[in-house]
Amino acid sequence: MNRFGYRLSPSSQIDLDVSDNSLFREILAGEPGISTCIACGSCVASCSAGVFDKISFRKALHLLEVGMDTEAVALLEGCMMCGKCTLVCPRGINTRHAIVLIKRKLNKG
Amino acid sequence: MRERIVFAFDPFVIPFTLGMVFIILYLSVGGFKIIAKLSAEEKMKLLKHTFSFAIFKTFRDIIVDCLLHLKIFKRNIRLGYMHASIAFGWFMLIFIGHIEVMLYTPQRLGVLYYPVFFRYFVMKTHETLRGDFFFFLMDLFLLIVLSGVGIAIYKRFRSAIVGMKRTTKLRTGDKIALYSLWLIFPLRLFAESFTAGISGGSFLTITINRVFNTFATNESLIQPVWWAYSLTLGAFLFALPFSRYMHIPTEIFLIWMRNSGIRATSSRDGYAESEIYSCSSCGICIDACPMAVKSENSKFTSVYYLRLMRRRLPGSMNHADKCLMCGRCVEMCPVEIDSCKLKVLKREEEISEKRLRMAYLSEIHTNVNKSDVLYYAGCMTHLTPVIYNSLFKILQKSGTQFSFMDKDGSICCGRPLMLSGDTYSAKELIEKNRQTIINSGAKTLLLSCPICYKVFREEYDLPGIEVVHHTEYINRLLNEGKIAINKSGKSFVFHDPCDLGRGSGIFEQPREILMKAGELRFASEERGKSHCCGGSLGSLSLDKEERNGITKAALATLFENNPDELVTACPLCYKSFKNINGKPTADIAQIVAEQMV
Ligand code: SF4
Ligand code: SF4
Ligand code: SF4
Ligand code: SF4
Repeated sequence: MNRFGYRLSPSSQIDLDVSDNSLFREILAGEPGISTCIACGSCVASCSAGVFDKISFRKALHLLEVGMDTEAVALLEGCMMCGKCTLVCPRGINTRHAIVLIKRKLNKG
Repeated sequence: MRERIVFAFDPFVIPFTLGMVFIILYLSVGGFKIIAKLSAEEKMKLLKHTFSFAIFKTFRDIIVDCLLHLKIFKRNIRLGYMHASIAFGWFMLIFIGHIEVMLYTPQRLGVLYYPVFFRYFVMKTHETLRGDFFFFLMDLFLLIVLSGVGIAIYKRFRSAIVGMKRTTKLRTGDKIALYSLWLIFPLRLFAESFTAGISGGSFLTITINRVFNTFATNESLIQPVWWAYSLTLGAFLFALPFSRYMHIPTEIFLIWMRNSGIRATSSRDGYAESEIYSCSSCGICIDACPMAVKSENSKFTSVYYLRLMRRRLPGSMNHADKCLMCGRCVEMCPVEIDSCKLKVLKREEEISEKRLRMAYLSEIHTNVNKSDVLYYAGCMTHLTPVIYNSLFKILQKSGTQFSFMDKDGSICCGRPLMLSGDTYSAKELIEKNRQTIINSGAKTLLLSCPICYKVFREEYDLPGIEVVHHTEYINRLLNEGKIAINKSGKSFVFHDPCDLGRGSGIFEQPREILMKAGELRFASEERGKSHCCGGSLGSLSLDKEERNGITKAALATLFENNPDELVTACPLCYKSFKNINGKPTADIAQIVAEQMV
């Protein structure tokens, strides 16, 4: 049977049984507010660094939750800590604190 | 006056002498350790300072701060009297005690316990004016110390008397030291009074001696009381290193280092260590701290942060993260401990060299139109465009040519990153912005955000470029007659943003503007004492609800005199107040733009 090349690109399917979201859980413990995110995207729309780089707190949170840490971090790397995202978040999530915690975790290696 | 005890020794001196030897050893080792921790450069600074004329200023500062406590006097007269009477009075007792020994029993000079127990060892042979004079002085200073101790005891039970809402909680070491400190002077009084019949005394000791003589034989009480006096002194000296009274010797050290130009470079270097130990736990910073409006959060105030650091207990990171960095505690601290700096250094230690890079910065090409005035809005003013729109109206009216540096998006000024502890990344932003500003050829950098203002003034190397905040600039335009405003019938109160007032010393300009625009009313806490709006980017972990509580407390101080409108000069303060304030909130630029003719 022809396979039509469906397997040329790697699967992006997430297997929740094997995915390791320990980083997410750690950040959640430090900043419990992140569990109330409604993925509205306000944080991304207001992001200062977002004008220059691919930055998305919303998406990073989602990726962390499913254990895709590297991809998540890539979306936060350029954060300038300006705090606009915190000020606009309709859920009052301390996004900036969550980002600091992630950065610390990574910088400590 | 002559000696009455052979060999000038009595076993009761042992507890005190042991305590004294212990504390001398402890302080020498501690002092040596702190100096050893300093870098070679810092040691040089210390050495240079010690052998320069500036050392006299250090002596003066030590007397003013450690003995007379003038700074606490400025805060609160009764609290100041309490500290000064104990410290200065005690010092004088020791000092005059030594003079007495020098005059009457010079052969005992250098015997550790002799000046302290002088009156036990001597007997009065005949009246002299000089002798009476010294006895009078000793009694006088003892009385002064006792009055201070009296207030201290009263304060422990009722802090309101000295004008404080809260006092610090005590630990075991503190308790031993505190209770022995309370006991030392009354015991000294009784000990000297009981022997006053033999050694002589003055108005205080002689009187008590006579009173006691009416119903008890003083002689039988002499030994026990001198023993008790020596024991409490010993207990105090042994408890000293484990108590907050360690601040007494450490503060001297701190002043010496500070005046040498040494500053903390890590949260626990030699300088930081002496700052940590210099905290007297006076608790002034508890009342000063906006976080303490929620009483559970008073545990995050500076005094408790310093205490955690001192005892090397866990949780100091949480404390460092909570602080708003509003600087109110630093402003009010009588020891001038820069606890904000210590906390930022603590945050910095969490971000090591192996950091995430801001790779995109090199790709950004900002082209700014040439003009003398360059305006930078920064991230925060981009959230409140009403501020820059008003400012532009004013600039246009005055005929000022300007260009807008971050019209198409800001590269942050770097201060939020610095506050989060990531100085590495902050430096990258600073360098990028610096290049843009220099390339623009501007002579004036105009800012509307105090957060930016502070960092541009302190961290940017901008030769020949004046950094101004819009309050300064608008005031200048008004004074030069380039714009004019109508005085309205409205009354205003001005909120001093932390980074503009305390942080950068701008207090007058906004007030001058508002007095031209209407009636300016006072807030209950203003200028250097202004309450943080609650929005500060300094805090990493305060949540929204806690921040709202702080905002409400700040509003209460601002509306004390019931003004019509709240005016501020910071986009973040504006944003924090706007939704919670029941009355109108405006930036100073808006007021001027509205009332401009
Ligand atoms: S603004 Fe707040 S709620 Fe909306 S996506 Fe961002 S974090 Fe989630
Ligand atoms: S703090 Fe970071 S993620 Fe949030 S708006 Fe600023 S640059 Fe964007
Ligand atoms: S930090 Fe300063 S104000 Fe606070 S308790 Fe210590 S000495 Fe007092
Ligand atoms: S800087 Fe402000 S928030 Fe931080 S401890 Fe001092 S008074 Fe409190």
